[in-house]
Amino acid sequence: MNESEARSLLEIADDELILGWRDSEWTGIAPLLEEDVAFSSIAQNEIGHARALYELVARDRGTTADELAFDRMPDEYRNSRLVELRLLDWEKTIARHWLYEQADAERLERLKQSEDSEIAGLAAKIDREEAYHRMHAKMWFDRLKDEPRFTTALEDLRPLLDGGRDDHTPELGELWEEMTIVRRSQPAGTKW
Amino acid sequence: MIYEVFRQERKGQPFQHAGSVEAPDHAFADVYAREQYGRRGESTALWVVPREAIVEVEEFVDELNRNYHRVDGYSLKAKLKEARERVGSALVARDR
Repeated sequence: MNESEARSLLEIADDELILGWRDSEWTGIAPLLEEDVAFSSIAQNEIGHARALYELVARDRGTTADELAFDRMPDEYRNSRLVELRLLDWEKTIARHWLYEQADAERLERLKQSEDSEIAGLAAKIDREEAYHRMHAKMWFDRLKDEPRFTTALEDLRPLLDGGRDDHTPELGELWEEMTIVRRSQPAGTKW
Repeated sequence: MIYEVFRQERKGQPFQHAGSVEAPDHAFADVYAREQYGRRGESTALWVVPREAIVEVEEFVDELNRNYHRVDGYSLKAKLKEARERVGSALVARDR
């Protein structure tokens, strides 16, 4: 794995971890109980994908998936700003879900062509689960596509998708505080 | 709306009732049924059916009154016990 491959895997892993966290905030409060189950399960999948990707990079860099996920500073995360926003409106959450799944599908398609068979294999495995996420996103898109609140959310969020990965919103810092508080409560190198 | 979900574990096997999902329409029922009963390799196919579409039949008329065809009320346990006792007492009588 070369450095640019490792960097792009980290970008995806960070996207999936942060989005998984944000989506999981809907657990227990989604608009329908069945949706609660479905969306929580999608959130859990994303974190699972992040874990698998971190593991691949961690092996290459001689570190661990946990250290990559939780022991970096907020400004070291390479996720897109789209995923870090706390979106407590359902139509915005679905707009993000729709935008993200489309972009993620393109990215996975490229990774599946990687010459590194481990990367290509992992991308194919992740994509099999993402197929369900895309179906779920499409179902909501079809339902909401004519709602002005939804189309406005799409327009507002779309620029964040291509907005670069160097800058973050303050919401990532807040999320980082919560996400890493347990690990930071113990000295570095603690065995959990 | 409630949808009943039937799942087929392997090709060729009968579909069995798996449970139900609540969804506003067919498209949502499809996705929710996959989530609950299909997307982890546990099924090869699902039938997702609005509960209203199911015709339930539960009262049966015994038109010909041929209750001698039925075995209810016939306790095999009691009959066996009786038979065992008969044989047992016959053996005792023979040994005498």
